[in-house]
Amino acid sequence: MSALLPLIMGFVFGFLLHRARVTDSNVIEGQFCLCDFTMMKVMLPAIVVGGLGVLALIHFGQASYHIKDANLLGVVLGSLLFGGALVFLGYCPGTVLAATATGSLHALAGVAGMIAGAILYAFSFSWIKSHILNVWALGKLRLPAMTGVPDVVWLVGLGILGLGFFAWLDRGKAR
Amino acid sequence: MSLLTDRVASKSKGRRLDLSPYLIGSALGVLSWVAFAVANDPLGVTTGLSRAAQPVAALIFGEKAAATNPYWAPMPFSWDYGVLFLVGLMAGALVSALASGSFRFELVPRFWRARFGGSVVKRFAAAFCAGAVMMFGARMAGGCTSGHGISGTLQLALSSWIFLIVVFAAGIIGSRLVYGRKGAS
Repeated sequence: MSALLPLIMGFVFGFLLHRARVTDSNVIEGQFCLCDFTMMKVMLPAIVVGGLGVLALIHFGQASYHIKDANLLGVVLGSLLFGGALVFLGYCPGTVLAATATGSLHALAGVAGMIAGAILYAFSFSWIKSHILNVWALGKLRLPAMTGVPDVVWLVGLGILGLGFFAWLDRGKAR
Repeated sequence: MSLLTDRVASKSKGRRLDLSPYLIGSALGVLSWVAFAVANDPLGVTTGLSRAAQPVAALIFGEKAAATNPYWAPMPFSWDYGVLFLVGLMAGALVSALASGSFRFELVPRFWRARFGGSVVKRFAAAFCAGAVMMFGARMAGGCTSGHGISGTLQLALSSWIFLIVVFAAGIIGSRLVYGRKGAS
């Protein structure tokens, strides 16, 4: 594969993150104090539009699923660590890299910490693999297969609920 | 309540950063189509970043320790898709910041200063530690806000929806505990 493709895709991704203002740690923190829903407003259409398109691509044989394993203990513990760290950092891994490039020098300390965290993880990987990742390991489960509710219903329902929620939040606000 | 508005004036926001979040989110969704159909590899950040940590580990702990590590051995560092994506990501954010006139050096962000004061050393130390914990958690969970939060949830994967819901729950409760009722703003 051409080296140009990931460079262009990354460029678009970073450009859009900055335009959405989520490279500003105050905006991310605003989401978690429920003061500013920008982060959710970006993620919802990304999931719905992305999901409907990928569903069509898979239907026509142009793409395949890339599902991460539901190792429930690992996912829940990891998510708790991630969410807790997010409160102090004010960025997630994509936005911290992007923020570094927009002049946020403290984000660079976060990136250095992430490199250290990755090394720590790599050196404890054998133990984690045999003690945590194998607990409640349910495999590559998808919600439609588990519930019998079709993909389209999940995605469209999510879109309608989300947009309705944001409309309710922003009621009475001049736009 | 005025903070609910998307376009509230703020020093940290550039003047042209007023694109609709819905429009940007939809564009990220379309970018996912490209990732699935053309690259056959969903958008993600921490897998690439954890692989970029391998040469750093090699510097500190030696080539052999890094090369034979069971985490990195199946996916050793190279300048390939996942890593080049991160290079592009930083370039894109830089160009957007410069083009919109919103590039500015920031040592201590506003939310942090309001709660913990203006000490640069304190902020950098906390960001380093939080970054380490975040990466460790992301690797244990199998992804981050991109890999799980967008690429996984759009496939309606159970693991990714659990990740997203637990991260938001932990973040909201954590924010309340650390910054109080008024939050980090």
